[in-house]
Amino acid sequence: MSTPADDQVSYANIREEQWWRRGVFASQTGYVTAALIVLVLVMNFASPYFFTAGNLQNVAKNFSFIAISALGATFVIITAGIDLSVGSMMCFAAMITSMVMSGLSTPGAFGADLFVHVAADGKTVVANVPGLILLVSIVAGMGVSLIVGLVNGFCVAVLGLSPFVTTLGTLSIVRGLAYVVSNGRGSFPGGPDVDYFYALTSGTAFGVPVPFLYLLFFAVVMAVTLHHTTFGRHVFAIGGNENAAEMTGVAVVRVKMTVYVISALAAGLQGIIICGWLGSAPANMAISYELNVIAAAVIGGANLAGGVGGPLGAIIGCVLLEVIRNGLVLAQVNSYWQQTLVGVIIIAAVLVDRIRSKVS
Amino acid sequence: METSTRSDQPLLELQGIGKDFGAVRALHDVDLAIRPGEVVGVMGDNGAGKSTLVKIIAGNFAASHGEMRFEGRPVHFRHPIDAREVGIEIVYQDLALVDNLTATANVYLGRELKWKLGPFAFLDHRAMANRALEIFGELRSETRPQHLVKQMSGGQRQAVAIARTRLANAKLVLMDEPTAAISVRQVAQVLSLIRSMRDQGVAVVLISHRMPDVFAVADRIVVFRRGEKKADKAIRDSSPEEVTALITGAKEAA
Repeated sequence: MSTPADDQVSYANIREEQWWRRGVFASQTGYVTAALIVLVLVMNFASPYFFTAGNLQNVAKNFSFIAISALGATFVIITAGIDLSVGSMMCFAAMITSMVMSGLSTPGAFGADLFVHVAADGKTVVANVPGLILLVSIVAGMGVSLIVGLVNGFCVAVLGLSPFVTTLGTLSIVRGLAYVVSNGRGSFPGGPDVDYFYALTSGTAFGVPVPFLYLLFFAVVMAVTLHHTTFGRHVFAIGGNENAAEMTGVAVVRVKMTVYVISALAAGLQGIIICGWLGSAPANMAISYELNVIAAAVIGGANLAGGVGGPLGAIIGCVLLEVIRNGLVLAQVNSYWQQTLVGVIIIAAVLVDRIRSKVS
Repeated sequence: METSTRSDQPLLELQGIGKDFGAVRALHDVDLAIRPGEVVGVMGDNGAGKSTLVKIIAGNFAASHGEMRFEGRPVHFRHPIDAREVGIEIVYQDLALVDNLTATANVYLGRELKWKLGPFAFLDHRAMANRALEIFGELRSETRPQHLVKQMSGGQRQAVAIARTRLANAKLVLMDEPTAAISVRQVAQVLSLIRSMRDQGVAVVLISHRMPDVFAVADRIVVFRRGEKKADKAIRDSSPEEVTALITGAKEAA
């Protein structure tokens, strides 16, 4: 083995950047976080209600309603893909879950006798095993999400269709199915397990809305997955240079399939949580939520060209959108301005990042 | 073991290798032997058969005729992975690097080191960074393992691509036009990378259009014209003028 010798090649053209010019500080996620802090401070002076426990709880709950799905969609975005079907997926998963739950809780309905019986008073429906109906219905909702995710992944990774077109298709297909199975009327969770369902989806634990706790859990899992597992590394590699990833032996097809499945499962779970909050799964639930989800991820720093993104950015994006919405309400601004402002922020966030990369 | 492969037994031996694409004969009856620690420059005009030869050696496609031996054993590659398994690595012209990952991540892409915790496996960042640093040291390159590839110069990118082959302990490295798209200063760096590979007993096949680079670093030169090998001689017995004549056909063979 030779040792570095006198004729060592010099690469003095690259030096270490100052701490504030690298990592998260120099990323779009960093700027948006700074903007969010400023916004929160402004809100504090603009409205005495902003920093009340009730309002903060409300904010935490509201942004959790798209943030879990935003985490899943960020996986897809990092691979330079996009998932437009998440809004429809939320609705369909919520609908299947609530339909299975009320179906299995109706004595006489198909399969229901396995799960419930009528109590001695002749009216009250009692679960044979408490919680089992809930479990089966959530598994059913997540099951359809899994199938849709596999279809998206198969079309994109195996057949090589464009992610935009594929998921635009499933957006329509899945929404259509939600109308078909409910005859356009939507459905309602019900039966003996419904209280568990509400507790798990819209309850609070330790004074914090449970969706927020789920969000924190999934964010940590996602951060570890992206930065400390082979799968996460390959997700970034595919987003950076898919050909190179393929040539160096990354299982591109499998990784791409997996990210679409993750996105669909996250959207399905999100839909089930929203359903618990609304107390129903209307057929027009979560329409156009895919736009909020993608907007949140992009505002938070995920790059639609691939290779960049993470859980922190996705959550910061969701928080920013929600604080703006909440702020406009507290400031008694006409709520129709909200969408306009969201659009301005999307462009501003991306623009700031572009200016920065031009400058450096 | 190490000394026996350094003997006169060729590492790679081609006998009567030919390749037909339908009616087109891309490569005809090529004999070639490459010894360990030897740098062989392969030259020829566009369409002379250089790329076809490299793709046969790298396992991108099988030869139509002839026989290939690696370390004395006959080999038949159906896929690049087959070639990689016996110790043949290729550094692609576009380098196949992922810009948004670090040097270390690129070196280890597709063969990451992991540590296990129950059913979960996590990346072993420290072990990979240390080994990458070692390899860059062996290559006498100051490429920093934690730097993103997109911040790097062309020469440093070459170092990362070459480090991949060192990681695999490749015995034969095929380099396709490594100096085509980089600055003069970086060319010197790449040539020194090739020399340090040779010093470690790795055989290098350098496909290049750039005469000065081949003459600077190669021990032997092989010239192709219209699918046939027209010359195969030690670099000191040849000259750029002769090679130019061989490439263009002004001189039939040498």
